Amino acid sequence: MVTLTAPETAAPEAAAPAESDGGAAPTVVDLADAPARSLNQALHDAVDGQSWTITSPGGKHSLAVGISARVAVTIEGHAGYYAAGMHQKGDVTINGNAGVGLAENIMSGRVHVTGDASQSAAATGHGGLVVIDGNAGARCGISMKGVDIVVGGNIGHMSAFMAQAGRLVVCGDAGGALGDSIYEARIYVKGTVASLGADCIEKPLREEHLAELAELLEAAGRTDNPADFKRYGSARNLYHFHVDNSSAY
Amino acid sequence: MCGIAALQLRNPSLHPQMGSLLSSMLCQIVDRGPDSAGLAVYNTPGLVSPGTSTLSLLGADQGIPTAALTAGVAALLASDAEAAVKVVGDTTLVSAAVGTDLLVKAVTETVPGATIIGRGEHVAVMKSVGHPMEVAADHGLEAMAGSQGLSHTRMATESAVTAGGSHPFSVADDLCLVHNGSFSNHATVRRGLLREGVVFDSENDTEVGARYVASRLKQGDTLEEALVNLGKVLDGFYTLVVTTADSMAVVRDPIACKPAIIAETDDYVAMASEYRALAALPGIDNARIFEPEPGKVYTWSL
Repeated sequence: MVTLTAPETAAPEAAAPAESDGGAAPTVVDLADAPARSLNQALHDAVDGQSWTITSPGGKHSLAVGISARVAVTIEGHAGYYAAGMHQKGDVTINGNAGVGLAENIMSGRVHVTGDASQSAAATGHGGLVVIDGNAGARCGISMKGVDIVVGGNIGHMSAFMAQAGRLVVCGDAGGALGDSIYEARIYVKGTVASLGADCIEKPLREEHLAELAELLEAAGRTDNPADFKRYGSARNLYHFHVDNSSAY
Repeated sequence: MCGIAALQLRNPSLHPQMGSLLSSMLCQIVDRGPDSAGLAVYNTPGLVSPGTSTLSLLGADQGIPTAALTAGVAALLASDAEAAVKVVGDTTLVSAAVGTDLLVKAVTETVPGATIIGRGEHVAVMKSVGHPMEVAADHGLEAMAGSQGLSHTRMATESAVTAGGSHPFSVADDLCLVHNGSFSNHATVRRGLLREGVVFDSENDTEVGARYVASRLKQGDTLEEALVNLGKVLDGFYTLVVTTADSMAVVRDPIACKPAIIAETDDYVAMASEYRALAALPGIDNARIFEPEPGKVYTWSL
């Protein structure tokens, strides 16, 4: 069972009815003894406005997965694989690092990691915002379908592979094969790009791009200057099959 | 999927805790490979001693009584070699104050079917099939002191679930290698090594990697050079940890599908497949924690 301890008020059960909106002290869950499954069940039963603090995460896997209410969850420490996966509406902050598959298939809401994230961060994300203050590993934003991702540091190779929609902002450098086989996602990189993947090219940074970049940076709490970035996107040569391009596949 | 946990202790005051720390790390990687496991421990009192070669033999039962094994080996060596045999868990340790090559000769003559899974002055290697924590408990890992430790939990893919196919592979003095992943061209590389006269113990792909590293080191490569060369010759998915008498190396293939995370403090360098295996280490909150970059060789020396 989850160890639930809330200051002042009595500890609510995992499936407790809604608390008052806002202002309530967060429900604290210590994972030193509690399994991730009970925590996740409690978060699935949570309602809009609740806030939760998770202590002693110890790198456990699948923490805060499947949230679908407007709750605020803070994880104090490092999370393991698939943290905040399949996320909707809520706001998850990890004060530490996250393992493989952070916010995988995020639909909406916000996930913020103050440290580094391992490979495949925000993979296949449909919406919402994923902010990584540190570095992200390989395959960041792979097959992204509408999610916005802001990375304060560098990203690894094969990031935004087959990215279909959404925006990926990188304040550091990008690894090799960035945006390989990209569709309509937009990529902004401030530093260097080790290499561009097939059909990914640099594109002009127009007013509307500067504006959306400024918005994304602000949403991520960053002060970088949008004019320092370069934009990358699809050359649109590959996503309709043409026999002359067959050697490029 | 396999699990790796490795620990190099820089601060000698932590040496008495080597086994308990490694055991706590191993506990968190069991899920990654529950079929068999292996351990390598360095400079563990009671298992190895300075100035003495120790061979680790697979299995507690070598087919002859321990006294007969001791007498057989002693009879083939000089009288002052002080041959000794010790059974630890599922492993037989044979030691004597002679070079390892000579000791190998004496042991294989006494027990022609013996499988040597570890050799050197500093290392003892133990492996077995079964639940990794039971393998560790059978060998008494918890109470072992030492300077370095390496553990592996195996989910077999390229060859059978046998103790001989468990990692680490230790094929040269004090050299151990563990692998998460699979080599795709191991048969080709194996044929090349066979032509050089290298002898193999198993059909395992990782043994090819270990024999390749040993072959490069013999030809004068540093550990780092040997692993850079491995990246040019062996194809496949891998996170490797290699240990020698006084150093530890980590390398991931350039695609880097197989995980690895490293924690470094003034007191130790620890590597594991997943962060949760590092979470209980002392001072982890202030450790430098990072994932090794693809295709880059990292080495640390004591």
